[in-house]
Amino acid sequence: MAFAVDQATHDGLARARAGQRAIDRRAWLVTAVAGAVALAFAAAILLYDNPAAPGSAAQATVTKLRATTLAAIALVAAAQGVATAVFHTVCGNRVITPSIMGFDALHSLVQTATVFFFGAAALGAGGVWRSVGQCAGMALFAVALYGWLLGRPGLTVRVALLVGLVLGLAFRAAATLMQRLLNPSDFDLVTARLFGNMSNADTRFLPLGAALAAGALALVWSRRRHLDLAALGSATARGLGLNHRREVMLALLAVSGLIAVATTLVGPMTFFGFLAASLTYRLAPGARHARLLPAIAAVAAAVLLAAYFTLRHVFYAGGLISVVIEFVGGLFFLAHLLKGPTRGNTRLIRQSRGQPAIRREQAGD
Amino acid sequence: MIRADAVSKAYRDATALDGVCLDLPAGGLTALVGPNGAGKSTLLGVIGRLTRADFGLVEVGGMNVVAARSRDLARRLAVLRQDNHLATRLTVAQLVELGRFPHCGGRLGPADRAAIERAVAATGVGPLAHRFLDELSGGQRQRAHIAMLFAQDAEYVLLDEPLAALDLRHATELMALLRAACDQDGKTVVVVVHDVNYASAWADRIVALKDGRVVATGPPAELVQSDFLSALYGTPVRVVDTGGWPLAVYHR
Ligand SMILES: Nc1ncnc2c1ncn2[C@@H]1O[C@H](COP(=O)(O)OP(=O)(O)OP(=O)(O)O)[C@@H](O)[C@H]1O
Ligand SMILES: [Mg+2]
Repeated sequence: MAFAVDQATHDGLARARAGQRAIDRRAWLVTAVAGAVALAFAAAILLYDNPAAPGSAAQATVTKLRATTLAAIALVAAAQGVATAVFHTVCGNRVITPSIMGFDALHSLVQTATVFFFGAAALGAGGVWRSVGQCAGMALFAVALYGWLLGRPGLTVRVALLVGLVLGLAFRAAATLMQRLLNPSDFDLVTARLFGNMSNADTRFLPLGAALAAGALALVWSRRRHLDLAALGSATARGLGLNHRREVMLALLAVSGLIAVATTLVGPMTFFGFLAASLTYRLAPGARHARLLPAIAAVAAAVLLAAYFTLRHVFYAGGLISVVIEFVGGLFFLAHLLKGPTRGNTRLIRQSRGQPAIRREQAGD
Repeated sequence: MIRADAVSKAYRDATALDGVCLDLPAGGLTALVGPNGAGKSTLLGVIGRLTRADFGLVEVGGMNVVAARSRDLARRLAVLRQDNHLATRLTVAQLVELGRFPHCGGRLGPADRAAIERAVAATGVGPLAHRFLDELSGGQRQRAHIAMLFAQDAEYVLLDEPLAALDLRHATELMALLRAACDQDGKTVVVVVHDVNYASAWADRIVALKDGRVVATGPPAELVQSDFLSALYGTPVRVVDTGGWPLAVYHR
C-alpha cells in the first residue's frame, strides 16, 4: 500500500523488537538458571551421603541406582510441565490441566483393570509391554475423550473443571469396585502400584518411556509455531489458515503420551504440571512456544529435583515428595482460581457458530 | 469476486440466513448494514469459512471456501471477527506478526517484515507495538487486530463491525484506509457497519440485510433514503443532503 512508513512506526517497531529480544532473553535466562539449579540438585542427589565406601563396587551400584531415579524424575518433570503448557494452549485457558481433567484417576483405573482382567501375573512378567499397553490405552482414551469434550459448544472453564471432577470420581469409583473384587494379594499389588512414588519409580519402563516421551516432545517441538497461532483461539487461528481441529488432536496425542509416561513412571501428580507451567508463565511472560517449552521443562525439573533432594536428605521424608508437591501445587491452584474470577468465567470453547472460540461469558452467567 | 448462492443457516431457535444470494465484483468497498440479529456476522462468517452454512455455495476469487485448503485461502482472504478476546499474553507486534502466518508459516522473511511495517504504519499502532494486548484499551486492541488483518495482505478483506470500539477520528481513518486499499491496491473489502453514515460516506455499494435476507443492494445514493432506512431499522430516519453524500439523522 502507498503508506509511507513513518518515524513513529519505525521507532515503535524498533522498540517492539527490543522488547521481543528482552522477552526471549528472559526466557533463556529462566531456562539456563533453572537448568543449572536442576543440574546442581542432580549432582547433589547423585553424590550426597553415599553410605558405601568410596571407590567400592557398592558405591557404584548406589550411584547407578540414583542416576536411574534421577533420570526418571527429570523425565516426569519435563513431561508434566510441557504437557500442561500444550494443553493450556490448545484449550485457550491456563486453568484446567490434563491431570485435573481426570487423567490421574484414569491411570488408577487402567492399572486396576490390568490386574483385574489379566491377573497379578500381568504386573510381573512382560512388565514393559504391560506399561506400553497401558500408555497406549490411556493415550487412545484421552484423545477420544478430550477431543470430543473440547469440541463441545459452550464449555466453560468451570464446567470443564466440574466435568474433570466427575470423570475423576467415576474412574476412581470403577477402580475401587474392581479392587473390591480382587483377591487380597492382587489387591496389595495394585495398591503398591497406585501409590507410585518418586523414590520407587518403575525404572524398567524408563528406556521405553524416555523414547515415547522423546517422540511426543519431538511432535510438540515440530508444531511450536503452529501452537503460537493456535493460542489465538480457534476462529482467529482458522482465519489465518490453521487446521485447528488437527492441531488440537495432535496436541492431545502428544499430551496424553507425555502424561501416560509420567504416570506410569511415578504415579499420578495432579497439580505439579500446573505449578511448573504457572511459575514459568510468571517468570517468562510473553514467551513464544519455542522459548516457553524449554523453559517449562527446565523449571519443572528444577522444582522436582530440588523437592526430592530437600525432602530426602534434609527432612528425611523421601516418601512424602508427591504429597508435599501436591499440597503446594494445590494451594497454588486454589489461589489462582480465587484470584481470577474473570478467568474462571472465560468460556472455554464455543462452537455455536460451527467454530470453537473463546469468549467471556455475559455478566451474571 | 465474492459470490454467495442460496446460502442458508439456521440455529436451533433462529434462522440466521435464509437463501442469501450475493454477487460482489472484485474491487470496491461494500458496506453490510442491517438491524441487530439480521445475520450480518453469520454471512461474513460463512463467506470467511469460519461458519459452516447448512445450504448454499460460497466462492471467493473463484475458490470454493469450503473445499479450498485453509492456508491457501488465508493468503487471499482475511477476516476480522466481531469479538476478539485472547486467552494468552501477546504483544501487539507478536499479534501483527502472526498475521503473516499464511505466507511464511511463522518464519518471517524480508517480505513479511515489510508487510508488517506497512500494516503498522497504516493503522498507526507503532507506539503500541511493544505493549501487551491485555493492557490496552478496547479501541487500541481493536486497532491491533486490524493491523494483523492488514499484515495478512489478502485481496479479499472482511471486517465485522471494525468501527465499534473506535473513536471518531480512528473510525474515519479506518474507513479512509479501507477506501485506499480498494482504490490503490485493488482490494475487495466488505465491512459491517452500524452507522449508515460511514457506509454512505465511503462505500461503493451497500448491501442491506434483514431477517436473514438481502433486502436491497445498491449505491449509497439509492439506499440512504428516509423511507428505506426507516423501514429497515423500524425507527424514523431523516436523510439530509450534505452536498457530498446523503446523511442519515436518527439520533433523536
Ligand atoms: N451461536 C449462535 N447460536 C444461536 N443463534 C445464533 C448464534 N449466532 C447468531 N445466532 C442468531 O442468528 C441470527 C443472526 O445473528 P448474527 O450474529 O449474524 O446477527 P448480526 O446481524 O451480526 O447482528 P449484530 O448487529 O447484533 O451483530 C440472530 O437471530 C441470532 O440470534
Ligand atoms: Mg454481528
